[in-house]
Amino acid sequence: MKTKSLRLLLCALLLTASVSFLTSCKSGPKDTDLTATLQQKLSTIPGVSVAVKDGVATLSGEVKDEAAKATAESEAKAVEGVKSVVNSLTVAPPPPPPVVISPDDALIKSVTDAIKDFSGVKADVKEGVVTLTGEIKRTSLPKLIMAVQALKPKKVENKLTIK
Amino acid sequence: MALQEKYKELIDAATASGATNLLVREEGGVLYIDGEVSSGAVKDNLWNIYNRIDPDFRGGDLVLNVNVGGIADGDKLKVVTESSNLNIRKGPGTDQPIVGKAAHGEVVTLVSKTSDQWWLIKTDAGEEGYSYTQYLAPVE
Repeated sequence: MKTKSLRLLLCALLLTASVSFLTSCKSGPKDTDLTATLQQKLSTIPGVSVAVKDGVATLSGEVKDEAAKATAESEAKAVEGVKSVVNSLTVAPPPPPPVVISPDDALIKSVTDAIKDFSGVKADVKEGVVTLTGEIKRTSLPKLIMAVQALKPKKVENKLTIK
Repeated sequence: MALQEKYKELIDAATASGATNLLVREEGGVLYIDGEVSSGAVKDNLWNIYNRIDPDFRGGDLVLNVNVGGIADGDKLKVVTESSNLNIRKGPGTDQPIVGKAAHGEVVTLVSKTSDQWWLIKTDAGEEGYSYTQYLAPVE
């Protein structure tokens, strides 16, 4: 009697195990497989990380623009077995515009205007670099440098003798 | 990046002041800081920090260009020359003829901003022409 009931119990256990195994198979590819597939598919878009749980794919990381964000989402949705996609991708801020340097002819004119009231100060402009020579009082120096740096020079070389 | 370290205090102060359109860029061994600040006092403070980090501005590794923002046409401006009169010229440039003068400390009206360096102003006496922006500050 004892062995019979034990055998029955074992059978029951095996049955439930196989049933649960079958159902898990029926629910589609495993999360780990999906992750691998998605990672491979999205490898063309730099910056995307993928996590899959119960067939729901979450995309995270920073991509270069809105188009890349949308492409990553649609590509992920197209993968068989992905139930839905949570798009948590962020778009990188645009790079700052390049520094604008005044051309020399404009700079020569504007530097002349800027130093006019600082007697004893001379300025030389070459390829955007303003070189200041001559003499100045220390109290007037910040005002002069302020005026010259506002003219969009490449750099300002201060070779002034400070009195 | 090294220059951003050197001028970190300045960059932090500019950020903390709520400067708008703040751009901090490093190119060819020179750091460029551009932006608009809310007052002349904030601008002066940034220049004081600059002068402290790089005494007498000898380094040649920073171009600081901060303007006092929020000045609109019709606003009152004070003449902030050292002590002399401010020239009012026919056109934007020191090669242009002088058509009037505004006294040190006088309050004038901004007609329009012609460029970063030259603004069209009008005195209470009715003289109108271009003056150098360096010598004009908002009435605070």
